[in-house]
Amino acid sequence: MTPGDTMTISEERQGGDLLLKPIGDVDLSRSPQMRERLAKALAQKPTRIVVDLSQVPYMDSSGVATLVEALQHCRKAGCELVLTSLHPKVRSIFEIAKLNQVFKIVDAPGGGG
Amino acid sequence: MPDEQSSPQAPPEIQLCVMSQPRLLGAVRALVETFAERIGFCERGRGELVLAIDEAMTNIIRHGYDHAEDCRIWMSLRTLAEPSLGIRIEIEDHQASFDPEELPERDLEEVRPGGLGLHLIRRLTRTCRHEARPEGGMRLVIEKFCEDAAGESDPNTPSSSEGSHP
Repeated sequence: MTPGDTMTISEERQGGDLLLKPIGDVDLSRSPQMRERLAKALAQKPTRIVVDLSQVPYMDSSGVATLVEALQHCRKAGCELVLTSLHPKVRSIFEIAKLNQVFKIVDAPGGGG
Repeated sequence: MPDEQSSPQAPPEIQLCVMSQPRLLGAVRALVETFAERIGFCERGRGELVLAIDEAMTNIIRHGYDHAEDCRIWMSLRTLAEPSLGIRIEIEDHQASFDPEELPERDLEEVRPGGLGLHLIRRLTRTCRHEARPEGGMRLVIEKFCEDAAGESDPNTPSSSEGSHP
């Protein structure tokens, strides 16, 4: 890890839900941290992992790949993965990759599908 | 404004060498964003261009240099006047040459991590062309024009490309 790589990811437990809130751009330098945090979150066996992306103004394909990988792990574990509060730029990547049809994406952390 | 300085043959307005370190990608994104803004790209166009360049750099770091952080990536940026106002960015490396015709196209029906970068570059730019450098390594030529992102076009519809798609 070198200076400039680190990103803050807050975590909050709400009943069976685990809310993760990464802060900052998610690119090749930071997606490994998000992958690690998602794996740790899943290890806590929540019913649902909610990733609040309201503080992520930019994400590249390495970040998207990290979330796809997490989705696959969650499905195997019987856990639901929800993405919320996507910035338009971030949402457009999911749309171009047609992954908006694969992920459950909601407008706000407490919102429904 | 367009003159000899904005033809594809003119010297680039910016040339730089970036080490293959992921933590530097943010600085490259900021540079490209600022340059594109000065040319006149709208916010959406800038965002698309920035993402395309970021994906190109990421591909080189991951696949070309296998995450080695002591390799060089050269980048040049120039304003284009023809066929309309735009930008050409060339990204060069010294990875092993490959046949661009063999680059895989992402199957979007397949849900798996990875393989999205090149798909995004092709979707978001008008030209995306890989060339072998005579001195070894590869050159990626990317062109995007202000008008490409000015409307409300479907982001899933790529612009025409210069023989860049396998």
